[in-house]
Amino acid sequence: MAILNRLARAEDRAAQRWQHILAADQLGKLIEVLVRKGYEVIGPTLRDGAIVYDHIESPDDLPKGWTDEQKPGHYRLHRRDDGALFGYVVGPQSWKKYTHPAEVRLWAAERQNGTFRILNNEGKPVHPRAFLGARACELAAIAVQDRVLLEDKYRDPIYNRHRQGAFIIAVQCTQAAETCFCASMGTGPQVTGGFDLVLTELLDSKGHRFLLAAGSDRGAEVLSELKTLPATEEDRREAAAKVEAAARQQVRSIDTTGIKELLYENFEHPRWDNVASRCLTCANCTMVCPTCFCTSVEDVSGISGDHAERWRRWDSCFTQNFSYIHGGSIRTSAKARYRQWMTHKLASWIDQFGSSGCVGCGRCITWCPVGIDITEEVRAIREGGKSGDP
Amino acid sequence: MVTSITIDPMLPQPYLVREVSKETPDTFTLRLDPENGARDSAFRPGQFSMLWVFGVGELPISISGDPTLSNRLIYTVRSVGQATHSLVNQKVGSGVGVRGPFGTGWPVEAARGRDVILVAGGIGLAPLRPVIYQVLQNRKDYGRLVILYGGRSPRDLLYRKELAKWARIPETQVLVTVDYGGIGWHGHVGVVTTLFKYSRLHPARSVAMVCGPEIMMRFVVRDLEAVGLSHDDIYLSMERNMKCAVGFCGHCQYGPHFICKDGPVFRYEQVRPLLEKYEL
Amino acid sequence: METLERIIGEHPFFAGLDAGFLSLMVSCASNVRFTAGTYILKEGDAANTFYLVREGKVALELLAPPHKPIIVSTISIGEILGWSWLMEPYRWKFSARAVDDVRAIALDARCLRTKCEENHDLGYEVLKRFAGIVEQRLDATRLQLLDVYAVRR
Repeated sequence: MAILNRLARAEDRAAQRWQHILAADQLGKLIEVLVRKGYEVIGPTLRDGAIVYDHIESPDDLPKGWTDEQKPGHYRLHRRDDGALFGYVVGPQSWKKYTHPAEVRLWAAERQNGTFRILNNEGKPVHPRAFLGARACELAAIAVQDRVLLEDKYRDPIYNRHRQGAFIIAVQCTQAAETCFCASMGTGPQVTGGFDLVLTELLDSKGHRFLLAAGSDRGAEVLSELKTLPATEEDRREAAAKVEAAARQQVRSIDTTGIKELLYENFEHPRWDNVASRCLTCANCTMVCPTCFCTSVEDVSGISGDHAERWRRWDSCFTQNFSYIHGGSIRTSAKARYRQWMTHKLASWIDQFGSSGCVGCGRCITWCPVGIDITEEVRAIREGGKSGDP
Repeated sequence: MVTSITIDPMLPQPYLVREVSKETPDTFTLRLDPENGARDSAFRPGQFSMLWVFGVGELPISISGDPTLSNRLIYTVRSVGQATHSLVNQKVGSGVGVRGPFGTGWPVEAARGRDVILVAGGIGLAPLRPVIYQVLQNRKDYGRLVILYGGRSPRDLLYRKELAKWARIPETQVLVTVDYGGIGWHGHVGVVTTLFKYSRLHPARSVAMVCGPEIMMRFVVRDLEAVGLSHDDIYLSMERNMKCAVGFCGHCQYGPHFICKDGPVFRYEQVRPLLEKYEL
Repeated sequence: METLERIIGEHPFFAGLDAGFLSLMVSCASNVRFTAGTYILKEGDAANTFYLVREGKVALELLAPPHKPIIVSTISIGEILGWSWLMEPYRWKFSARAVDDVRAIALDARCLRTKCEENHDLGYEVLKRFAGIVEQRLDATRLQLLDVYAVRR
């Protein structure tokens, strides 16, 4: 429950916070206010058959009237019978696309008299961004990455630059996909903290509107520039019911009781061989996972040999060379690599950072080409017992 | 616990190669001095640096010099591939990038008042040498010093002159062995574990620090246990793929430990359940 | 003879041996010295004596023409040199050269073999101890075979 604790900071917790209703046709104003305040607004857009995060200018850029169908190894978009702006859950990307960019130049250097000089590498100031449409699981994932990249022995200046200025507009899920399991991970669907503004979409006979609340001073400031109506008790009840329905709708779950010991003690469980026979080590799961943070460092030099750069790129523990040392890799088999990923995500992470690394978003299930389901793997190991029946 | 590190640990600092000396046919010791003379290069025995060769790449190398000389950094490097080859072939006066020091150190402070047993295999003597310097400079603070060192063959042994010098110091026992001996070699032949029976150990008052290939460390630790040392008095230096050295890239993970920040030195008790796991 | 008995009795290899057996062993024992460089036993020779090393270092060598002999192991104080005397065809598989001046107790293998055949309880005690030594040497040799300091590409 460490993630929940982090999110439910005192200033965010307020039973009376849901005071405002924003008409759906006023959403554009929200974007305008943010742009005026200097933010680039990023939100969900429809491209190439998926909902991905991109620069948006107006609500017209949002996937209005679309929904997603997600299953293991399956993702399809379908038309809704209404015009909901946020009527879907999460797509293949997460906010780490912006906070922990996939490709970053760390520094450049040039040769000088037999030695070298690091060139002025003051990180280009990052244009402040507003993340529109962050779901509860995503807020939890941001909190998890904050812990890893800002609050451990060292602080990642790149993550810091991209993350600290980000204005977050959360959206509470009012439906769940088949692959969602945030409820069992304690990370959603209710949004409890870590946001500047939070919206819950209501679309019924009373109209298309958002229940709106601020979660920070700057969120309140933005809110004050919008034309809102007071929310009624009925609005609040309806929103709460929808969020609760999203929780109940979830068909998947992980029983996290003693999961650290379960995975530590079952290093030789035959289930690992079973999943290894299916896993392609394609690394999709690590790419889509909102908490995976592994990167690799690449030194490149120009043809003349006088200019060198160091780049940081996303990497995955599923690659053959991830554990390379002394002429060979430690984890050569698919079994070892899958086991490493899952054990790290669900068990070692707890020892390392005080919480699970998994937020129950289900992306790894949806985007695995062979449909490996992390919730199923945990169940199989748990139920297989020590005797190791797969 | 947040440490506010003001120098960007991802930026290499320029150091100049002051000296390159050959220890064995494939191993060299480099002395690096900071280009900006004022820079403090303090480190704790057991820590490592990331050394960067312009246009080639970066490597984790243990610091193997005297920790009281904080105006320089000494590294003993074995040339095994492109990057290490490039590093050991740097000319005197050329610039090498240094990041660090990183990692946990050997328990030199905690070992005060006790006998210190150092077991080294191959290049493993290099990360332990700073411990030897520190113990010898504070001799009265420590009990007996036992150095057990195993190498591949006589010509692969490091620091031969120093080993001979250390052997002559009172309350110090230095035993050296090789896997392959020859007619001219009058020392022991056999793996380093065979030296235990010749060494005078008092397990209850000893702290052991072990460094070498992982297989060797596993067997040494078993023998230390058999001789009666407790799991909390045995320390190992572990190694894994290292890229960033600051706990962000994820490569160096060993079970739940990040070798770069939770290690490379670990108490045996921390890694005991991990050592025997295949492909961990 | 009492001195020899005490020396043998104190040797770690014979620790715990019944006093009666100890006397039996002593009647096969004698004090010996080898100067540095001397070959104590030669590969191929009949294995009729084995040694308890009391002082000095002994190198176990294998002939490796056209190269110089290779030292595969050294043994020193407190260790036993030679076990081929226990098994047919009773021939040494290695040579043993004194690296330093060596002092040892020599035990007449033919004498001891006969006594072990006559008294199986004594034989069992001797074999138990040798099994332990062989195990230790095998473990160490396996480790040595791994060539752990070599560079793997």
